[in-house]
Amino acid sequence: MMQTALQVLDREYLEARCSLVELGAAFDRVDRASDHEENTGKFNDSRLELLKQALGILTEESHLPNRAERLLLLFSDLD
Amino acid sequence: MQIIQPHYHAIARTAQDYERMAMSGVVAVAEPAFWAGFDRLYPETFIDYFRQISEFEPTRAADYGIKHYCWVGVNPKEAENPELSHEVLKQMPEFFKKPTVLGIGEIGFHKTTKNEEEIFEAQVEQAIKYDQLILIHTPHLQDKVRGTKRTLEVLSHMNVNPERVWIDHVEEHTIREPLEAGYWVGFTLYPITKCTPKRAVDMLEIYGHERILVNSSADWGPSDPFTLQECIVQYRARGYSVQDAIEIFHNNPVRFMGQNPKFDIKPVRLETYEESRSSLVEN
Repeated sequence: MMQTALQVLDREYLEARCSLVELGAAFDRVDRASDHEENTGKFNDSRLELLKQALGILTEESHLPNRAERLLLLFSDLD
Repeated sequence: MQIIQPHYHAIARTAQDYERMAMSGVVAVAEPAFWAGFDRLYPETFIDYFRQISEFEPTRAADYGIKHYCWVGVNPKEAENPELSHEVLKQMPEFFKKPTVLGIGEIGFHKTTKNEEEIFEAQVEQAIKYDQLILIHTPHLQDKVRGTKRTLEVLSHMNVNPERVWIDHVEEHTIREPLEAGYWVGFTLYPITKCTPKRAVDMLEIYGHERILVNSSADWGPSDPFTLQECIVQYRARGYSVQDAIEIFHNNPVRFMGQNPKFDIKPVRLETYEESRSSLVEN
């Protein structure tokens, strides 16, 4: 690596912050739309579950920096 | 459709931006006085800057059929130098007489310091004395909540009419209080550090469109004047009509800035020929 961890974080922090806020807003958008629909019961879609699993991958401690790879595998049809 | 860009730092942008804005339907921009990226040392530098945005910039915009208005003021960052700021304030009333100056802005807090507060209060007092509109900047990122709360506290002790005050750069965590207190609020669309077009549309859906302005700011930093048009596309993609969009992106700026009679653009409404004819017959 040509950069220190601090240099990398300095470059990445705001963009990562923005991505997280956007993600929160996207979940809110789905919830609001779901609230407006007349069907009873909570809106369910397997893709929402995938997104929530992805959040878990982001926060797991890992000895390898392979979160992006694991996220892409999570979103892949492997059967 | 006709669009007004209510917060635009034209001196930091190229003529090509004016040209492309004109091609996309922008009919007017308003330019608040802001920080130039470095701290100025002399009051005279501010005065020349005010001359640039009140005398020269309208001519550059006019080349593309765009009306240019502006605001004068000492921005929050340079308000940290009270001696310099007070010298600038002494000369600001001369600019209130200019035909395109709408009021005092953008003023307020950067790091919410005592010096910033002193100059903020002095500028609000000046706006009240000279019956000027007020445009308030709220701080960036981690400083936004504290600065917005202090802004509202300071204003609550001053004799301002909230309808003549625009509190800018609000986001999801700072929009509620200013709106409930009767102020106008602004969403500033930045690629990363403020609001994004999609989130702006979310807030329009949640809070309605009364007393809300949307702008791109577009300055010398990472910013893009066309995030405003991107927001309009997002808004329309969610099923809202062109007239709904006009209400937010044209008529709301007219409603706020039109409180100063120098801002002579009127609200517009789409009408078919049939509607136009039938209203003539009825009258």
